[in-house]
Amino acid sequence: MARHTLSVLVEDVPGVLTRVASLFARRAFNINSLAVGPTETEGVSRITVVVEAEGDLLEQVTKQLNKLINVIKIVELVPDSSVQRDHILVKVRADAATRLQVTQAADLFRASVVDVSTDSLIIEATGTAEKLSALLSVLEPFGVREIVQSGTLAVGRGAKSMSDRALRSA
Amino acid sequence: MSKGSPISPALMPSKAQHGPAGTGPAASIAGQTKADRAHGTPAAVNLVQGPNNVVPATTMLGSEAIVRTLEELGVDEIFGLPGGAILPTYDPLLASSKLRHILVRHEQGAGHAAEGYALVTGRVGVCIATSGPGATNLVTAIADANMDSVPMVAITGQVSSAVIGSDAFQEADIVGITMPITKHSYLVTRAEDIPRVLAEAFHIASTGRPGPVLVDITKDAQQATTTFSWPPRIELPGYKTVVKGHSKQVREAAKLIAASQRPVFYVGGGVIHAHASQELLELAELVNAPVVTTLTARGAFPDSHPQHMGMPGMHGSVSAVTALQQADLLITLGARFDDRVTGVLHTFAPGAKVIHADIDPAEISKNRTADVPIVGSVKQILPELTDACRANFAEHGRPDVSSWWSMVNRLRETYPLGFTSPANDHSAPQHVIQRIGEMTGPEGVYVSGVGQHQMWAAQFIKYERPHSWLNSAGLGTMGYSVPAAMGAKVGNPDRVVWAIDGDGCFQMTNQELATCVINNIPIKVAIINNSSLGMVRQWQTLFYDGRYSHTDLNTGHDTVRVPDFVKLADAYGCAGLRCERDEDIDATIAAALEINDRPVVVDFVVSRDSMVWPMVPAGVSNDLIQIARNMTPEWEQED
Repeated sequence: MARHTLSVLVEDVPGVLTRVASLFARRAFNINSLAVGPTETEGVSRITVVVEAEGDLLEQVTKQLNKLINVIKIVELVPDSSVQRDHILVKVRADAATRLQVTQAADLFRASVVDVSTDSLIIEATGTAEKLSALLSVLEPFGVREIVQSGTLAVGRGAKSMSDRALRSA
Repeated sequence: MSKGSPISPALMPSKAQHGPAGTGPAASIAGQTKADRAHGTPAAVNLVQGPNNVVPATTMLGSEAIVRTLEELGVDEIFGLPGGAILPTYDPLLASSKLRHILVRHEQGAGHAAEGYALVTGRVGVCIATSGPGATNLVTAIADANMDSVPMVAITGQVSSAVIGSDAFQEADIVGITMPITKHSYLVTRAEDIPRVLAEAFHIASTGRPGPVLVDITKDAQQATTTFSWPPRIELPGYKTVVKGHSKQVREAAKLIAASQRPVFYVGGGVIHAHASQELLELAELVNAPVVTTLTARGAFPDSHPQHMGMPGMHGSVSAVTALQQADLLITLGARFDDRVTGVLHTFAPGAKVIHADIDPAEISKNRTADVPIVGSVKQILPELTDACRANFAEHGRPDVSSWWSMVNRLRETYPLGFTSPANDHSAPQHVIQRIGEMTGPEGVYVSGVGQHQMWAAQFIKYERPHSWLNSAGLGTMGYSVPAAMGAKVGNPDRVVWAIDGDGCFQMTNQELATCVINNIPIKVAIINNSSLGMVRQWQTLFYDGRYSHTDLNTGHDTVRVPDFVKLADAYGCAGLRCERDEDIDATIAAALEINDRPVVVDFVVSRDSMVWPMVPAGVSNDLIQIARNMTPEWEQED
């Protein structure tokens, strides 16, 4: 099934994330990732949700989300006209013998080393899901101890802001 | 629209045409924001309901603000039952001269009563309960209102905000519990939010696609001092409803109608909620197409009208079911292609194009893809569609539907609704129900429970006006009838209100007879007593080789008759009547109609072997409708 990235502007009120998440559960829609945070406008949060759905189902997802009273606006961000990034922290085994190889691998992906101990490193990287998955497969042979990954964040390219129209007319 | 925006602009109101859809980097899925859509309609002057009094800032308690807000919203009847966490609000309620509070015996009864009240009056029904078990007892009624789009506001007390989350006495996360079964919900922890939240709740419950809204108010918010003023300012940036249909879509619909040889009006409960029966009648007569009315739409179009084909679906008439199957165009109005109507979805009306008008965009193309979707209120869409059709017919002539009519008329004459007498000398339940309808007439209100008696009441009572037939359609809630009839009688005190109930359903909520007696709400209850959970028993007869697993209720012929419904009626102070023979049916109904100073309960002891026909067995196409066991209609060859 195709993946779609939806940006959802919501009122920043208690329970709004629960409403969005439980809607997905109740309607049997699949969430691939979910990220939520404040926006440039006070009282408005933005949820970026990656869903797996084909055309008709995606339409249902969007319409059902729109019915939630606290949802202000929904936009699909297509890869060609948006910037989409995931964020990852990886704890990798690295002793004196392998440390240099691991840091070189990280350099290739423009990832940074953010913590060092005698037998491990923590590597931080940002990028598309594909890039991060490539990074992980390079690090795998050294021994990956822990992975922490964010949901996808996405924003449309160009000068326009998603919240402009929504909030002005609200 | 650019890639990734699957909703056609046609779904949106005219304003959306000028929107930025697809022009920016972000292809807007909905074409526009929900807020933008409001510009398709004139800006609402005031979203706050009620007589719109202006009340200057007044100091009062949160509990007093609840009562005052309900008064200012124009509420006059509420159904509820007090308890600890709502106790502060019950104190000022005692002093209110505008609010009539009806004390129920179980909170579920309050919820269904609010539904019944809402369905006959078109106004928001209000129920009130305490925290924890009081609130959870409302859950069934809230779910019921959600499935059938009933405007309802449920107010619940909640434990004090300081102890929320500590598993306090009678604490339940009712906002969380009801999130999937409400249109919206609120947890109020500050007294100053009470007027605005309640005003928003009433606005949300009653506009767009109606539905239940829960307002959970903590005890400390009720006890705090606040400043009340009216009207409050409603702030709902994410809630806008489209009411006016897109005019281009309406013209497209008229084109399809003008080109159709075999059109059918598929009418759902939305037409009743929108009070659009008159508008429907005008369009239907202009187009001259057969009309089917679903279980929630009975009465939206007069049964006596020559264009009416009956009810579609699992227990629909052969003519209604077959008209839909053979149609080349479905003019779908406020209906949602429910599985009980469509049968196996991909075999439903296979040759039909679909016009789908509904106020909820999410219903359009949810189950069946619409060729011409129209988002809006049928109240506004229907007159525009009538005009568009009239213009189209004037220009291009009327479509020829004469051979279509001769086919559906043949079906209607060959396969009328009917029933056979039971093999023994017991009464046919269908006959009892039919006589109640005939002797009471179309001005009565009929409220059923769920099961065989519900289907028979939908089939054999003739409905001539909207808001005269109430039942639990989507959720199928046994126990709906008595409390919903109570609410209906409160809303329509001058009408005869019949609860057509089953012996199983009646035993779930009959405690509200006490409420009816004490508060002088003289409903009439017809228990269609077949001594069993009849619809389940019917399925056991048909699909489980007659193995009657736990469906005997022992209330009828040749059983111990526990409980004795007549004694039970007496115990509650109702008039109790019993009828066991055909020859007594009319006299018993006449006697029940004579008694208006207290509720009447009639125990109609009937045959347990009668079954609901026609029937489309679950899991097959509507083409396989059976008019009796293993009997399908003989389809006449199409030329």
